[in-house]
Amino acid sequence: MRIKKFLPFLAIFIIAVSFDAAAQCKGFAKKTVLPELGSYTHDGNYHAAVLVEGEEAELYKTFYSDMDYRVSVAGDETIPAVEFSVVDANRNVLYTNKNKNSGTWDFKLESSQQLKLIVRVPSAGKSTQAPASGCVAIMFGFKIDK
Amino acid sequence: MNKTLKTGFRILAVVILVTGLFTSCRSGATKAEGDDASLDVPVDNPAIFDDLKNAEKIFNALPSPLESAMLVKSAGARFDDGLLNKVGNANNYVSNKSMALNLGIYTCDLSFASLYDQTQLIINYMEAAKKMADGLGILEAIQQEQIDRLEENITNKEVIMEIVSETFMNSNAYLAENNQHAIAAIVLAGGWIEGLYISTQLVDLNDFADNKLVERITDQKLSVDILLDLLDNSKGDPSVDELIAQVGRIKTVFDKVTVKTSAVTPEHDQATDVTTLKSEVTSDMSPAVFSELSTVVSEIRNSFVK
Repeated sequence: MRIKKFLPFLAIFIIAVSFDAAAQCKGFAKKTVLPELGSYTHDGNYHAAVLVEGEEAELYKTFYSDMDYRVSVAGDETIPAVEFSVVDANRNVLYTNKNKNSGTWDFKLESSQQLKLIVRVPSAGKSTQAPASGCVAIMFGFKIDK
Repeated sequence: MNKTLKTGFRILAVVILVTGLFTSCRSGATKAEGDDASLDVPVDNPAIFDDLKNAEKIFNALPSPLESAMLVKSAGARFDDGLLNKVGNANNYVSNKSMALNLGIYTCDLSFASLYDQTQLIINYMEAAKKMADGLGILEAIQQEQIDRLEENITNKEVIMEIVSETFMNSNAYLAENNQHAIAAIVLAGGWIEGLYISTQLVDLNDFADNKLVERITDQKLSVDILLDLLDNSKGDPSVDELIAQVGRIKTVFDKVTVKTSAVTPEHDQATDVTTLKSEVTSDMSPAVFSELSTVVSEIRNSFVK
């Protein structure tokens, strides 16, 4: 009988915690990832999600010739530093931030291309603990003609 | 196990399942299908990545209204306010679908007005976009303080761009985080089609060869599949299904155009810390196919704004 009384509260708690975690991604994206675009104008699109250690996200986007782009990628402090790479249609890696300690990449294209951005939250390797989860956001900026 | 305990665990299991479903669907990301086996990918196919999606979360990123407007401006196109959707039409949109489409459309028009320094139009289009966002219940997207700040900084392009970008992000973040993925996709589709409509209308067929704007329009072939993938995530919603059919008409025309891309080679400039992705692209967009594209896009866009 006691368990039955307790369960609705547990249910509400689980829902509240999960929804709150997702809702915080907008705040995280705005406060942490957006400023890294610096002098580049944010395109206005929002790409953020809660990822667990060991998980990957993929983003597909067309990038246009003669535009100056910056991509900014970050995960919140509850998860290990996020790795990201950019690959072309033939899956050639055009850029990776691995061993670079940087969450931004500035680039431009001679001709328009559809590229894939792969974001990965590495595993911290502590097998005794539950894998950590946290917000990961990807933002794009470009230079505006004055 | 006694009956009370069994019932209790059943309730808990349902709650965890429902919560998991909601949280995993947030942010516009979707679970992908297919495996990652080695494949040969043709370089002239814009849907090249379709069979390779295997991550936990997938984002299909269309050019935003601001980026669409920037692409047109950087091609040297002129500004024509007669091509924008009239702000007075805002009162005509009462369904969620029409408000979502026109939130994208007015945001695109706002982006054009901002990039071309059309000060009075900027305020008018911001208010029209606000009306659409408010109608959709996205009250936090465009707040009066942002309109006031816009008015105070109406000659400061940097601030204007920041506000336009911020308000659009507020809208799509709200929709993503409140599990309204169909509406979010419709907003993006509206903005993309408006950008395509304006750019196709600005092309002079007497000046077709080596026209930079035609190149920009041809580039949108690469984004049609991304848009269809985005809409496909909300397939089954009648508003989205109708839109999929309309975008399918645009894809049918783009399929008549062949785009060939050479291998991409990155070159990093140490001095500027900028990487240039070097490659060559050829395409065979003809005036006849362009005219067909222009007609189809115009029909679809005009059905959105009436």
